[in-house]
Amino acid sequence: MSTSRTVNQKAWFMVLPVLVSVAFSAIIPLMTVVNYSVQDILGPDQRVFVGMEWFRTVMRDSELHAALYRQLLFSIAVLVVEIPLGVLVAMAMPRAGWRASLALVLIAMPLLIPWNVVGTIWQIYAREDIGLLGHVLGILGVSYNYAQNSFDAWLTVLVMDVWHWTPLVVLLAYAGLQSIPDVYYQAARIDGASRWAVFRHVQLPRLRGVLLIALLLRFMDSFMIYTEPFVLTGGGPGTATTFLSQYLTQKAVGQFDLGPAAAFSLVYFLIILLCCFVLYNLVRADDHDGAGGQR
Amino acid sequence: MIHYRLPGRRLVLGFYLLFTLLPIWWMVHMSLRDNAAITGAFAWFPESLSLANYARIFGDESWYGGYINSLLYVVMNTVMSVALALPAAYAFSRYRFMGDRHLFFWLLTNRMTPPAVFLLPFFQLYTMLGLMDTHLAVALAHLVFNVPLAVWILEGFMSGIPREIDETAYIDGYSFPRFFVRIFLPLIKAGVGVTAFFCFMFSWVELLLARTLTSVDAKPIVAIMTRTVSAAGMDWGTLAAAGVLTILPGAVVIYFVRRYIAKGFAMGRV
Repeated sequence: MSTSRTVNQKAWFMVLPVLVSVAFSAIIPLMTVVNYSVQDILGPDQRVFVGMEWFRTVMRDSELHAALYRQLLFSIAVLVVEIPLGVLVAMAMPRAGWRASLALVLIAMPLLIPWNVVGTIWQIYAREDIGLLGHVLGILGVSYNYAQNSFDAWLTVLVMDVWHWTPLVVLLAYAGLQSIPDVYYQAARIDGASRWAVFRHVQLPRLRGVLLIALLLRFMDSFMIYTEPFVLTGGGPGTATTFLSQYLTQKAVGQFDLGPAAAFSLVYFLIILLCCFVLYNLVRADDHDGAGGQR
Repeated sequence: MIHYRLPGRRLVLGFYLLFTLLPIWWMVHMSLRDNAAITGAFAWFPESLSLANYARIFGDESWYGGYINSLLYVVMNTVMSVALALPAAYAFSRYRFMGDRHLFFWLLTNRMTPPAVFLLPFFQLYTMLGLMDTHLAVALAHLVFNVPLAVWILEGFMSGIPREIDETAYIDGYSFPRFFVRIFLPLIKAGVGVTAFFCFMFSWVELLLARTLTSVDAKPIVAIMTRTVSAAGMDWGTLAAAGVLTILPGAVVIYFVRRYIAKGFAMGRV
């Protein structure tokens, strides 16, 4: 379908309001951060240009490297669990009627809870002495303590994220599935296609657009995860759940190192940008089925 | 259609709903107990049904005022996001123009800025404009991450609509605005519903920007909640009650847009 888009430079006028409204709040803060990143800020009026020094510091920071690997591992785990689970649940949803409405409302609920509350609820919920999850695991004889065991803490943050954000994938995939015209299924039935073939050749290609959205959104948001693990574990035990944004905040707020923190932010931003760019082009590369979301 | 249903779908859905609802049940559970009971001992069910935590919220204007503030800027933001994104998404899905691919990707990059360091420039910008502590400030700031999302989701849905529909309408003598509102919008209802919900949701739960840009008059509920963390310890019960109440507005929104999501736009029957 992308080949059938007609050239029309006047389309710029339809895009202009979006451009202006986003640029208004995006360009100036971004340029301010770029400005900070090349200066040593000693006081409100005392600034020294230091060039690339903060970038060198950031690139050599071994704690940052550790946080970056931790972050990458976490984001990959998030994608590997949430995307297939979300599609599976979307396919299991009733297609219409009050059951569909009820299921939609119930499934979407975790999305609506402010992030600081999510962390707080899980903090109690996962406690082995007073929380439901910890208590039940205790009854089942699983030794589990997210406050002391690094792996348990990491896993708890992951499960919390799966709980919190899989609904987003479900909603997108469900809306995508609902938009597949019946004729596609009828054609598949006439061809005698198996259930798997229908999934592989009818449903999955038509879902590509919404899955690209889900994939990128989950990648960038999980890569910037801050509030939930901060409240749940405070980054611990040790540094087991100290992800990038928390390390950044420690630097920016805790040590008042605005210059290095700004350089760190930009490097951070560029990493996300690069990963998203690669993902975006990977998913779009073999786009030929005329699914939604092709650009 | 029955032929193509997922095997064991009831089981999948059942397990998933259990997984989703148990932590929420625990939040409700916490909201009905006092702090001593919450941190004291495990209980499958609350010992008593005490609504004291809810009474605290409804009895204090600084608490329930937070809900009103949040609703105001979230609704403003959702309306602005969808209204701005509709024509842009249409342009991206139907036309080719100079720099379109770059512009589209640039829009997405605005969701990728780690907030910690960007808060200070935001604060300076909105102070300079004299918008600090207004609902408009938060609504405008949230456009940064909601408009790109809205454009993106809507574009996906619009690209699923065959171009022939546009062309047929023009041949039938429809003007663009009339075509857009009368024919095109009903076709992408599902997309508009999903988009509105996502804009509402992301604006509703965002904490850092909303907290930075407000102090008294427009202070949102997410910021007021942080008050439950104090030197005297956590006020778990009140926080849980406030959390339960934050689900309600969004649940209402999804209930209203569910028809659009659930029905889809049955393109085959157009």
